[in-house]
Amino acid sequence: MKLTGAQILVECLKEQGVDTIFGFPGGAVLNIYDALYKARNEIKHVLTSHEQGASHAADGYARATGKVGVCIATSGPGATNLVTGIATAYMDSVPMVAITGQVATTLLGKDSFQEVDITGITMPITKHNYIVKDVTKLADVIREAFLIAMEGRPGPVLIDVCKDVTAAVTEFEHRKPEKPHSAPLGMSEAEIDAAVEIINNAKRPIILSGGGVSISGANEELVIFAEKAKIPVTTTLMGLGSFPGTHELFTGLVGMHGTKTSNLAVSESDLFIAIGARFSDRVISNVKRFAPEAKIMHIDIDPAEVGKNITVHYPLIGNVKKIIKLLNTKIDKKEYSDWNKKIDEWKRLYPLKYPQDGVLRPHYVIERLYELTKGQALITTEVGQNQLWAAQYYKYSAPRQFISSGGLGTMGYGLGACIGAQMGRPDKKVINVAGDGSFRMNCTEIATAVEYKVPIIIALLNNHVLGMVRQWQELFYDARYSSTTIDRGTDFVAMAEAFGAIGINVSKPEEVDAAILKALESTDRPVLLNFEIDRDDKVFPIVPPGAPINELIEE
Amino acid sequence: MAKHTLSVLVENHPGVLSRVAGLFSRRGFNIDSLAVGVTENPEVSRMTIVVDGDDYIVEQVSKQLNKLIDVIKIKQLDKNDSVSRELALIKVNATAATRGEIIQIVEIFRAKIVDVSKNTLTIEISGGTDKVAALEDMLKQFGIKEIVRTGTIAIERGNKYIKVTNNDEE
Repeated sequence: MKLTGAQILVECLKEQGVDTIFGFPGGAVLNIYDALYKARNEIKHVLTSHEQGASHAADGYARATGKVGVCIATSGPGATNLVTGIATAYMDSVPMVAITGQVATTLLGKDSFQEVDITGITMPITKHNYIVKDVTKLADVIREAFLIAMEGRPGPVLIDVCKDVTAAVTEFEHRKPEKPHSAPLGMSEAEIDAAVEIINNAKRPIILSGGGVSISGANEELVIFAEKAKIPVTTTLMGLGSFPGTHELFTGLVGMHGTKTSNLAVSESDLFIAIGARFSDRVISNVKRFAPEAKIMHIDIDPAEVGKNITVHYPLIGNVKKIIKLLNTKIDKKEYSDWNKKIDEWKRLYPLKYPQDGVLRPHYVIERLYELTKGQALITTEVGQNQLWAAQYYKYSAPRQFISSGGLGTMGYGLGACIGAQMGRPDKKVINVAGDGSFRMNCTEIATAVEYKVPIIIALLNNHVLGMVRQWQELFYDARYSSTTIDRGTDFVAMAEAFGAIGINVSKPEEVDAAILKALESTDRPVLLNFEIDRDDKVFPIVPPGAPINELIEE
Repeated sequence: MAKHTLSVLVENHPGVLSRVAGLFSRRGFNIDSLAVGVTENPEVSRMTIVVDGDDYIVEQVSKQLNKLIDVIKIKQLDKNDSVSRELALIKVNATAATRGEIIQIVEIFRAKIVDVSKNTLTIEISGGTDKVAALEDMLKQFGIKEIVRTGTIAIERGNKYIKVTNNDEE
């Protein structure tokens, strides 16, 4: 059949099973929006307040569901507003397809109205990108883009479509979407056997589970692996939920804000097994003094990550799930060892703790959220102290339960991501743990949540400062609080109400439960809980910059 | 730091050069030279990239290049098992008094004179980087007005060749 480019685009989205997209219209995408209007019963278009919100919503949707998130924006400023969201998705390996309008092919390169070279701009922050100047190529480009976004290590792909292409007509035939190739095991039996021997012979092994374990769905295999070999498990921020937070072998986060147990265990380990992790500087801190007694084993799908940031002794490159599954059939079943007992002792000696003095503490808020949601909510976060408290004090039991901008550390990420996650998982309660600094950046997306009756909860930990930066200023800059006090009198509860959401103020610990329970009751309106907390609450432990991870500040 | 030569087969699309060059700059890899041209298959271009760096850098360059969708294949060429050449055009001052001497030097290097004027000679030379540098050095005394070089291209010796398929040898 003969279709316009815009219709082909919509048909291809349907082909891929896309039922929700996030975006904001404009001149260059008028034809696409016209086609979307006609297809409104099959594809739900979520109109955000700002294109950045759309990009984060697509990202949150993708992280929560494992499907490809789709966002759309017009040319020029619409496209550049997606950039932060695309970069966020790229750093955290999130499958996303971003569609941007572009000026007509005849106007390209002439500094036309709302023209920007978005493929050039996003080259370093996409897995791949395209500019489509020929309508006959459009369908295949879209199909390929979805495949690339999903395959191997996932990531964002951008498709820039010239306006005349969306109007041009060509022959179109439906095609079944190609399934992404499942990555092969990637290694020989001999390599696996060698790894098995190393694991069997290790006296003080530890596993670092990263986001790759969640992405490949290897969490159940990981539990079997750890339990069989009695290996303690720590996770990166991205790895939270890849191993049950309540498991006896779980030691908590590692690295800059890791638990003392995790950081001591890594530093004394003789075998460090990183799975689906990329040795970010937030994990290794001082590379020369990281796990000084350990041989490093690295299991990952991306060969470029092996040996990038740290010397790896035993690389196992391939499909994480298949590799662990195979290892599980071959490794020795071990007894609870002295090493395990030592770690239990550390856990007993060095639990996460915060002042119990009747003051409303953010840690307490997160603990209550955990209890009152029975550990079943999806948690998105903004970036900064709120993010780390949410990481430390909520116990995650499943992959895709903790949704946070790990690699890029994008302030303003959480609200959009929360809306996207809730739309992808209407069966779940989704809570955005926020700080006032991050939240203020993109808080206009409350309007989106209200419009689409998304019953998210915003747990705003309001300390009236940019807490993480302030914490660094206090600890490392002699308390010179340069531009981090944002006590501007904003009434967030009134603001939420003005947008049509429910707002509740909480300033005492005894008010916390009632407020959370009330928020949990809402089924069609977002709720903002404004928790007034102290500006000097800090995230502990913290490893000072440049220090090895076992030299941490505990309080 | 040693020089390493990488042969990279890429899709012959617009923008590929920019993807490759961008990768080098943002990851902080130093390119000595980069030469690109279409292959016997018009859909495929071949880049010869000379990288300055240790084994870690070369491994990272290869792995990161491999992640680009438009990169089809990468091979590091062994210096002893490949032929590499670059081409340079050198415009040098030449008067009646010096012209003879310059021509002699050009002959020794088996280079060619491709243009002549009353007070210049333009010389074409192809060869390894060292040979081109040696000629440049010899010509300096006459005053070099302009020099243009292509960057190194390289190919494996003997039966080996790099193809889009996975067979390196036949």
